[in-house]
Amino acid sequence: MSSGSRVNEPQNTSSTDRATVVVRDVCMTFAGKNRSRGVEVLRDVGLEVSRGEFICIVGPSGCGKSTLLNIIAGFLPATSGTVEVDGAPVRGPDSRHLFVFQENGVFPWLTVRDNVGFGMQKAAAAQRDATVKHYIEMVGLSGFESAFPHQLSGGMRQRVEIARALAANPSIIYMDEPFGALDFLTRLKMRSDLTRIWQQERKTILFVTHDIEEAVQLADRVAVMTPRPGVIREIVRVNLPRPRNLDSPEYLATRDRIFSIMGMSAALGH
Amino acid sequence: MSRATRTRSIILPLAVGAAFLATWHAAVRITGSTLFPTPMDVVRGFVELQGRGLLLRYIVASLFRVSWGFGLAVLIGVPLGLLMGWFRWVFEALNPLVQMFRPISPIAWIPVAILWFGVTDVAPIFLIFLAAVFPITVSSAAAVANIQPVYVRAARNFELSGLQLFRQVILPATLPQIITGLRIALGIAWLVVVAAEMIAVNSGLGYLIIDARNAGKRYDLVVAGMVMIGLIGLLLDLAVRRVERTPSLRWGYASRSD
Repeated sequence: MSSGSRVNEPQNTSSTDRATVVVRDVCMTFAGKNRSRGVEVLRDVGLEVSRGEFICIVGPSGCGKSTLLNIIAGFLPATSGTVEVDGAPVRGPDSRHLFVFQENGVFPWLTVRDNVGFGMQKAAAAQRDATVKHYIEMVGLSGFESAFPHQLSGGMRQRVEIARALAANPSIIYMDEPFGALDFLTRLKMRSDLTRIWQQERKTILFVTHDIEEAVQLADRVAVMTPRPGVIREIVRVNLPRPRNLDSPEYLATRDRIFSIMGMSAALGH
Repeated sequence: MSRATRTRSIILPLAVGAAFLATWHAAVRITGSTLFPTPMDVVRGFVELQGRGLLLRYIVASLFRVSWGFGLAVLIGVPLGLLMGWFRWVFEALNPLVQMFRPISPIAWIPVAILWFGVTDVAPIFLIFLAAVFPITVSSAAAVANIQPVYVRAARNFELSGLQLFRQVILPATLPQIITGLRIALGIAWLVVVAAEMIAVNSGLGYLIIDARNAGKRYDLVVAGMVMIGLIGLLLDLAVRRVERTPSLRWGYASRSD
């Protein structure tokens, strides 16, 4: 599989589209146990994400990447700095920008069908049914419409949550280590399916992970964070066609580059 | 469950039950008691109660009181508990009072109930209400406190608030634990109706027991009343357990195999 014309790739999204997420100088300090000093989690984080872009934020655990995503999504107020999404400052969670949770936010009291339709309660019933059917098919859960989440595997529940987000037609999807709790093979399958879904839907996706290989497989750009306090060390563009060949020299080179960015900074930290 | 274990789960309790009845019968015969009935005496007691038209009447009377007392406790306890679980300040305001009232046995309220309501149906209903309302309140509050935060965050992401948030997320998320609380409270209510009827009124299974003893030491009827109380308590519990099997609730009882 040579890198080339296999898939249509938006190579220069940022030049044609305006940024949809703009993060400027975001700092976050959690209150400490004694009042004198808090814990500085993020320092002067800046990031711009283009419409339709798939961006991954990687970093070791404890680097504040999840906190950053929660700030962008409006679940946490930043200590200082600004976050603008679609031109407006973020003031709280917004149904146009949906979050996919690591711990799985699918509602266990609803069937797969009702979960996927949850975000479209204002839609007409017929349209809702058609959309729900469409996205259940897209995530590969046809036949499980009437199942309850506790009857499904962890990977299937994550698929339900992704379908629920897509069905509500958000402009942005935030994913916080959505495959973190899954076993290795399921994770691989979920990644390739997510790539396919993203190519069909072209949603803006901000995807947080500690898994560098996952980031390089999925993202247009990878923001590499280093910890304590969390800063974005570098943003690496991944100019590889999808679906990505995980044995290609370019893939491996990009992966190793990110490893070295993180490794180098770890050495500097000591 | 394999066929062998299923057979065992039927045979074993039947065998224990038969052994229990045999021991009971033998014990009465050996001691030569003239007052305490054998199992067959109790069966004859049932037939007599049925013949006098008392059995069904007393059962209905007791269930009537439990329905009122327990129903009122649900109507007040569940909303109160949900509010305490959701709003920190409501919890802070009410919890000390609730925790202070909770350990007072409903039996201790009997004199107060008689003073306030006399020998009417209201007195036992009040006692049953008191017995059930605190466990219901406490378990409902705990259910809200135990909601997985991710469900609330997902709901907020979909911009649910107020009544929608409550109806679509808070209530279904807490319902399994609330129902378990109701099941326990119903058991307590059933215990208390019997005690309350022994003192306050002139019908019901509790009244039957105390009346049969006072009017001629009819221990066959005493035990018949006890057996009835046990059977109905068991049925009430089974009924709530059936509710717990509802598909939209089953997730909340994950540890229990079925």
